[in-house]
Amino acid sequence: MRATVLVRPKQGILDPQGDAVRHSLHKLGFEVSTVRVGRVIDLELEAADGNEALATIERMCADLLANPLIESCEIQIKSV
Amino acid sequence: MSDRPLVAIVVFPGSNDDRDAAWAVGAMGGEPALVWHEEPELPAGTGAVVLPGGFSYGDYLRTGAIASLAPVMDAVRRFANGGGPVLGICNGFQILCESRLLPGVLRPNRQLEFVCRDVRVRVENEDTLFTRRCTAGQELVIPVKHGEGAWYADEGAFVQLAARGQIVLRYDEDVNGALGNVAGVVNEAGNVMGLMPHPEHAVDPLLGSADGGLLLAALVDAAAAHALVEA
Repeated sequence: MRATVLVRPKQGILDPQGDAVRHSLHKLGFEVSTVRVGRVIDLELEAADGNEALATIERMCADLLANPLIESCEIQIKSV
Repeated sequence: MSDRPLVAIVVFPGSNDDRDAAWAVGAMGGEPALVWHEEPELPAGTGAVVLPGGFSYGDYLRTGAIASLAPVMDAVRRFANGGGPVLGICNGFQILCESRLLPGVLRPNRQLEFVCRDVRVRVENEDTLFTRRCTAGQELVIPVKHGEGAWYADEGAFVQLAARGQIVLRYDEDVNGALGNVAGVVNEAGNVMGLMPHPEHAVDPLLGSADGGLLLAALVDAAAAHALVEA
């Protein structure tokens, strides 16, 4: 099974990297009011079905892939 | 066998202040022992543990996240849960937070610049294993050198930590965007501390300051006391 985990800085958490990217986009002439930079993690794993994969990946997020203090996880199951 | 208290200094791939920490612990009267991250146990007779500065595992994923799962960390966790003194310096602080042995997390500096200079930190709580040689309100000059040193916790947790005296060191200026200018915190039990400044780089006036020696000498005191209890 393939899945993608999107890790984002939580709302309200300062994201200096996103701010730096926004400044650089302004220099290029792009009008952008907000930029937030996160992380994409593509996974391939064995699971009986989508629900099992989701439960497993939720544990991965809690234990390692994201720090719940500052990051949120969005899990997308790609194929069954 | 030396009668100096044994201080285990964990070496991760990418640690780069391990030998400085060993030298400084030795200068403060401790017996340093470098311990590779794959070791399942700490050396027999370990009285204290230092997690040194550096860039363990290349800071992959998040600083300290991969190192928090190294085999030696199970031993460090057992040691800490048994009351053993553990000090995390810079990357070591990041590892302790990711291991959930300490509250909060270290985030990229707000100014996105690596900070490398002497800073002043104020001792907020003198009643910890690590600050017993200091007095509350005392200012210490200790260098920092980090790109991800902005300590963060949610507001409720922060208020609680401050009330319990777990905020041990604060910068006297905004160095990196850390919440409340926090430079060092201790766990609730009081035996695990992390700080971003590098006391091992400030143990001799020739290095610009000997103030870091106060913290490391206290760690060696704590190591001696812990080894006695365990013996």
